[in-house]
Amino acid sequence: MSIKGGSVQAPTDLKRRKFLVAATAAVGGAGVAVAAVPFIMNMLPSAKALGAGAPVEVDISKLEPGMMIISEWRGQPVWVVNRTPAMLAMLQKNDAMLTDPHSKQDQQPAYCKNATRSIKPEYMVLIGICTHLGCSPTYRPDPVAPDIGSYWTGGWLCACHGSRYDLAARVYQGSPAPLNMVVPPHFYLTDTRIKVGVDPKKGA
Amino acid sequence: MSAGQKLLNWIDDRFPLTASWKAHLSEYYAPKNFNFWYFFGSLALLVLVLQIVTGIFLVMNYQPNAKLAFGSVEYIMRDVDWGWLIRYLHAIGASAFFVVVYLHMFRGLIYGSYRKPRELIWIFGVVIYVALMAEAFMGYLLPWGQMSFWGAQVIINLFNSIPVIGPDIGLWIRGDYVVSGATLNRFFSFHVIAVPIVLLALVVAHIIALHEVGSNNPDGIEIKKHKDANGIPLDGIPFHPYYTVKDIVGVAVFLIIFSAFVFFWPSGGGILLEPDNFLPANPLVTPPEIRPLWYFTPFYAILRAIPPMFDSQFPGVLVMGLAIVALFFLPWLDRSPVKSIRHRGGLYKFFVAIFVISFIALGYLGMQPVTPVHTLFGRIFSVLYFLFFVLMPWYTRVDKTKPEPERVTFKH
Repeated sequence: MSIKGGSVQAPTDLKRRKFLVAATAAVGGAGVAVAAVPFIMNMLPSAKALGAGAPVEVDISKLEPGMMIISEWRGQPVWVVNRTPAMLAMLQKNDAMLTDPHSKQDQQPAYCKNATRSIKPEYMVLIGICTHLGCSPTYRPDPVAPDIGSYWTGGWLCACHGSRYDLAARVYQGSPAPLNMVVPPHFYLTDTRIKVGVDPKKGA
Repeated sequence: MSAGQKLLNWIDDRFPLTASWKAHLSEYYAPKNFNFWYFFGSLALLVLVLQIVTGIFLVMNYQPNAKLAFGSVEYIMRDVDWGWLIRYLHAIGASAFFVVVYLHMFRGLIYGSYRKPRELIWIFGVVIYVALMAEAFMGYLLPWGQMSFWGAQVIINLFNSIPVIGPDIGLWIRGDYVVSGATLNRFFSFHVIAVPIVLLALVVAHIIALHEVGSNNPDGIEIKKHKDANGIPLDGIPFHPYYTVKDIVGVAVFLIIFSAFVFFWPSGGGILLEPDNFLPANPLVTPPEIRPLWYFTPFYAILRAIPPMFDSQFPGVLVMGLAIVALFFLPWLDRSPVKSIRHRGGLYKFFVAIFVISFIALGYLGMQPVTPVHTLFGRIFSVLYFLFFVLMPWYTRVDKTKPEPERVTFKH
């Protein structure tokens, strides 16, 4: 093989060239993919954000029957409602109108998978976020609200897209929200203090 | 040879300055029958420059920090010299951008500017539109008001509804369990760096593609079919000075209307600046009525019109996405032998009218609270919106058309 007057004599080895192009692209592509990992992971919650997810305590000593208090866990609203016996009595009436009346979907810890979706029947503990698109619904304990409907026995109305929940935070059929609102893991430290964000210790 | 000419020659030997000027302005031949619909392309460019310039100055005083953001916007409004003007120009400019872009797209629609050989111009244009929506959405979080916060919460939750991987994607976009300071910082980064760069690159691609095939015109015919001895289209006129001068008139009219809003009615009756956004973001309380800004409400109404299916709201999100994706397919859905609405029959005009009415009606419904009546109308107009696209291969083919003229219609 020799080069004379600038012209290359040897025929081009196309197979070899194709292999080299493919190999370079594969190695380069793998490099780009690996290099992308730190950038993608960079956008996940930081250690600080994860730390802010620690459990919180809610004091319910001043929560009167029928009232709701708003607390915060993981930056989300946590609601505690003190339901009156009258409110609890009306819960069953709604079953036929609800999407998931028996809480079959995994939206609550096992110890709240009951008719009232709570540990103590009167106290409803909730993540106050609509399961549709994450708005925080409005508390509407007033029965037979004229702007909602005569069937209304109290609950929550999401103003964003009109999802309706009863006082056990179970979603009504025909709402844009597909699921009942989430009951967070929680347990009673004392009769008036609730720890939200962690399951009760075993045996407790 | 003058010193200026010498300098120009020196540059031209090293960079195609004169050649670029000729190719894109003084010797770019555009059809001579452009009407007022052709103002909106250059106006979109003007608003883009306006947004970039005002944005640069806003960043000098804005604090991308969840604790300081809301206060820094008030600081710009009250304490920074002319801050109110720059901020209003930027905020109202966002709405103006969508006004001119929607009119620009409608022009392309009725004159068949998306048809062969301009499919790529149209596709680049739709991508610009999508990038613009991302830019506007992320920019709206920055004032950190109630609407900013809850609007972002709702839109990011759209991604959450994607089956299986959705919640992780939502977490990844927010960088936290809820919209937080981490979200604000990354949206700021995307809003001022990433998306503007992409937008500028897309605008360049849009214009290069346009200048490669040449502009369409209200008659929807190719002026390149009839050229003179020098290869110049007989119905073409140089963009500069003819259309630069014409566009200056459009700019003047635009600025009069735009200034009227900026100086006398910046809130636009709660449509351009929403009252709830004058309250700082509160992650624990959603305002009674949340809605996106007017330019997103047609799609928002479609989202609200779709009921949940299979225990998931993903179908609604999917349909809303399809409402935008459908635009990409326009060049291949249209089977008419003619391009412009001028030579099409009543059937096509009927469907265009339906499309315009449903788009405006959906835009209105998206701003209204949810009631059974609104949802019903939302469903009707959503169906009509999609019928425009789905039935297009049929009605464009069977529609009666008039013969296209050989040369453009032009009255002296």
